[in-house]
Amino acid sequence: MITVSHLGKIYRMDGTETVALSDVSFTVKKGEFVAIMGPSGSGKSTLMHILGALDTPTSGKYILDGQEISKLNDDELARIRNQKIGFVFQAFNLLPRTTAVKNVMLPMVYAGGPPTSRLQRARQALTDVGLADRMEHLSNQLSGGQQQRVAIARALVMNPAIILADEPTGNLATAQSAEIMAIFTKLNKTGHTIIMITHESEVAKYAKRIIHLKDGRIWNR
Amino acid sequence: MEPLELISSSFEALGLNKTRTALATLGIIIGIAAVITLMSLGQASQRSVESQIQALGSNLLTVIPGSFRPGDFRSASGTATTLTLEDAHAIATSNKITGVKNVSVELQRRTAITAGRKSTNTAVVGVLPSYKEVRNVALESGNFISEADNRGQAKVAVLGPTVADDLFGENVNAVGKAVRINKVSFQVIGVMASKGGSGFGGNQDDTVLVPLSTAQKQLFGVTYIGSLSVEVADAKLMDTVRDQVGYLLLARHKIANAANADFSIFSQADLLSTVSQVTGTFTALLSGIAAISLLVGGIGIMNIMLVTVVERTREIGLRKALGATRKTVISQFLIESTILTIAGGIMGMILGIVLSFVISKLINLPFVLDFASVALAIGVSGGIGILFGWYPAQKAAKLQPIEALRYE
Repeated sequence: MITVSHLGKIYRMDGTETVALSDVSFTVKKGEFVAIMGPSGSGKSTLMHILGALDTPTSGKYILDGQEISKLNDDELARIRNQKIGFVFQAFNLLPRTTAVKNVMLPMVYAGGPPTSRLQRARQALTDVGLADRMEHLSNQLSGGQQQRVAIARALVMNPAIILADEPTGNLATAQSAEIMAIFTKLNKTGHTIIMITHESEVAKYAKRIIHLKDGRIWNR
Repeated sequence: MEPLELISSSFEALGLNKTRTALATLGIIIGIAAVITLMSLGQASQRSVESQIQALGSNLLTVIPGSFRPGDFRSASGTATTLTLEDAHAIATSNKITGVKNVSVELQRRTAITAGRKSTNTAVVGVLPSYKEVRNVALESGNFISEADNRGQAKVAVLGPTVADDLFGENVNAVGKAVRINKVSFQVIGVMASKGGSGFGGNQDDTVLVPLSTAQKQLFGVTYIGSLSVEVADAKLMDTVRDQVGYLLLARHKIANAANADFSIFSQADLLSTVSQVTGTFTALLSGIAAISLLVGGIGIMNIMLVTVVERTREIGLRKALGATRKTVISQFLIESTILTIAGGIMGMILGIVLSFVISKLINLPFVLDFASVALAIGVSGGIGILFGWYPAQKAAKLQPIEALRYE
């Protein structure tokens, strides 16, 4: 599903170079649940941006679902993000003052296609994350846990190759965290490939495999 | 993303901050309303002046003493004394001129006129009986000046309706009453019907007509005339008659070179084009000022859109992360700004139409609504939306999703 080989990312700012990632190689198979762990500054956010097609690497190759991502232009990257990747962010990032169902429909709006099936699919995704009774609620009327579940539904709705979760429980209380992780576990069981970035080992233990990152390199202890 | 969805999501975005949307639109409303009102009033005053000139009589050539051409004053018109009643007779009777229907002369002075205790200051015009036909004068009551009145220097006067109202009050028949012009007593023999209008060329309702001979000898003590009007039988003959009258007067005044003529001949076409030029310039100037307010409105839209882009940085980042392309983001912001300006344009248009209607009624002008200016207003407001929305939209599209998502 994902093959990353000798990935490097160097930021140049005011003449100084910062190495964010260096020689990172790993593969993620279809149906895996992988956690990428590391302290802040370890390069895990950079890696997540590259995996999410939000950024391109300076060197190395990134193949997602059989397609080389490293050399695509802006519009092609936008299409990859739309079709292949489902994002779950730490800060939920729902559209403000917009209903849950409209938030979930957003990726399908950018994908095009018949509007009637969109509503159906959005309702199904919200039902899958247990929000069947909250579909018409505005995003700001929902609790943090519910907002994150809307975000998961939004990530699911395009049936992407991978679900990419960046500190999905970072803004949540413990009880709600467990709820969210239960949903991820359930999704993984139904065949979804999940890559989760976190610095909490409590959360990482839900994953089947953990990749440790330190100073921009994969660290095998 | 489908165009319809873009438009409906733009409406939703604009609805999220109604106060700001309303304020941004206000600038465009005022700008468009100003343009439409000023253009409409400019055209209305132009039309009003034109209809007044036409009301002077059709197929009319006017000869005035002194050399005056539009934009070229050699001697102030009206002070020259080179035209006489004999000139008018010569034009009327010459066998070298064909197509003259009527010749009328005028000698006009502003002077005081009183009746009992009431007095007014108005234009007293010495005329011949032919004036009635040449100038399309209709009488409300009484009679017009006759040949006998003119031969006998009769002290009779025909009042304009405004003068009659001023001196005797409204709905009072002035015929048969006495007025004093320049301390000479006159009898009112007729009152003219109202022609309406005001402004350029003097209000015809606010004049007093007396026989020419009376005006020359009894009132002003002069032998010359102020101007003469030639009514031409056919509009096609205007240019021919104008030349013939010119040559005749040159010969009578013993002037060899037409450039040294001591008189000038105007047709209504000359007058119309001069006046149209003046009012046209005036209208353009006013519309220019209004256009500046429209420009300021456009800058207001740009300002609001820039604020919106900054405020919605995270949202833009999210949309890009979920698959919005650069083109989609640009379209969304351009559509938002265009909705703002077109909505403002339509409301401004309605306001402008109402304003120009009310103002034209207040200052007694015809109400003129030019559909070209309405179409222009809508087109321009849409154009402003795209023009001033372009930079903010580009700014939004250039946002990097990573930076935008991190933005607090």
